[in-house]
Amino acid sequence: MIQFLVHEEADNVGVATVDIKAGETAKGLYMDSQKKVQVKAQQDIPLGHKIALVKFKKDDSVIKYGHDIGRIVADIKVGEHVHIHNLKTRRW
Amino acid sequence: MAKLKNPKVFAYRRENGRVGIRNHVVILPLDDLSNSACEKVAHNVKGTKAIPHAYGRLQFGKDLELFFRTMIGTGANPNVAAVVVIGIEPDWTNRIVEGIAKTGKPVAGFSIERFGEFKTVEMACWKAKEFVQWASELRREPVDLKEIWVSVKCGESDTTSGLASNPTVGNAIEKLVAMGATTSFGETSEITGAEMVCKERAANRKVGEQFMATFNAYQKMIDDNKTDDLSGSQPTKGNIRGGLTTIEEKAFGNLQKIGKKANYVGVLDKAEAPTGPGLWFMDTSSAAAEAVTLWAAAGFVAHFFPTGQGNIIGNPIEPVIKLTANPLTAKTMSEHVDYDCSAILRGEMTLDQSGDNLLQMLIRTCNGRLTAQEVLGHEEFVLTKLYESA
Repeated sequence: MIQFLVHEEADNVGVATVDIKAGETAKGLYMDSQKKVQVKAQQDIPLGHKIALVKFKKDDSVIKYGHDIGRIVADIKVGEHVHIHNLKTRRW
Repeated sequence: MAKLKNPKVFAYRRENGRVGIRNHVVILPLDDLSNSACEKVAHNVKGTKAIPHAYGRLQFGKDLELFFRTMIGTGANPNVAAVVVIGIEPDWTNRIVEGIAKTGKPVAGFSIERFGEFKTVEMACWKAKEFVQWASELRREPVDLKEIWVSVKCGESDTTSGLASNPTVGNAIEKLVAMGATTSFGETSEITGAEMVCKERAANRKVGEQFMATFNAYQKMIDDNKTDDLSGSQPTKGNIRGGLTTIEEKAFGNLQKIGKKANYVGVLDKAEAPTGPGLWFMDTSSAAAEAVTLWAAAGFVAHFFPTGQGNIIGNPIEPVIKLTANPLTAKTMSEHVDYDCSAILRGEMTLDQSGDNLLQMLIRTCNGRLTAQEVLGHEEFVLTKLYESA
């Protein structure tokens, strides 16, 4: 069963389609290429929330839909939860 | 839909040739003061509908123009068979009556000053009774689906909106546009971060520049009035709970509603009617009730509303067809949902199938199926106010 989806191969985050528990090896799918991907979840990732597919450093860009959706404000490890505590808008 | 090149639906052909899918007799207040009289008429005359609102006094300039455009457009909408307008004084009341009368539909105005509310309600009731009995004998007739004007807007979005419910709408919009239908999207502020991608989707350079000018004007309004980075307002707390983090992320999800291929042919002002078929961008707020009210006033007769966390909005005259891909929302809020497309997230349905399913729900809605919002009585009529009254 798929636990997260990634819009495009260029993206560096996936979206949980079920609640993912910390410690699980979550199975994902790239929607454009239908390629499979696996990530070990370091934290609980609730349904609809983002999981890091790469390591992020401060000021890195999060890519989703193949586009920049904001800047990282706290370092993130692969498999961690990406949300308002570590990702901010570049606008407004 | 490949088999259904040009599906037929049963709808009401109005005096001006436009097609409606509902047959409302509306009791329309000019102003806040006249809500009470309108509600009394709607109570007395069954089958009529009052549309109360908060404004109509001391507005001026562009804000007043938008007010009249919205009120006249609401009465003129093809989902409305006939209209009784009630206002505090006769002059502005007649301005709305005359605007609606251009469609050729039955419309009458009453004003309260020099009569009092009792007498006004009595006179309006007689006219409303005449209109509703006349409207009740109108019959639906077969028309092409492409004659149904469809608007789209999402609400309380989450990441499932961008993954499945918005792309479902996009797929249906592409099919409708290919049939020759008239459709519209908007939500100017919610394109922030994806504006260059949106600009490229214009049918030509001129329209793209028009979009950018509209977008930049909205950004300036936000910049002039903001006190922080809008976090908590845009994205909303509901968006954030559902996993959306930034306005850019929300914007790219939002734009999925126009599909991958359709190009917009023009940019509309708020509540402005399109002048031909195709996909149109309308400058609207991203607040659901405000935006759908503007589309209804522009003449749109059915609305696709994808939601993630469960926005429960409706409109008094334009049926709102709600879909969600969030399995939690589909399960816990099923009374609000017309179409559950969460099977896409489980890999059990393609976007193309889902777009077809949504078009089938549109056809059923056109033919008379009441939407969840209509059954629940959600009639959020909300006027867009540009600035303070004088």
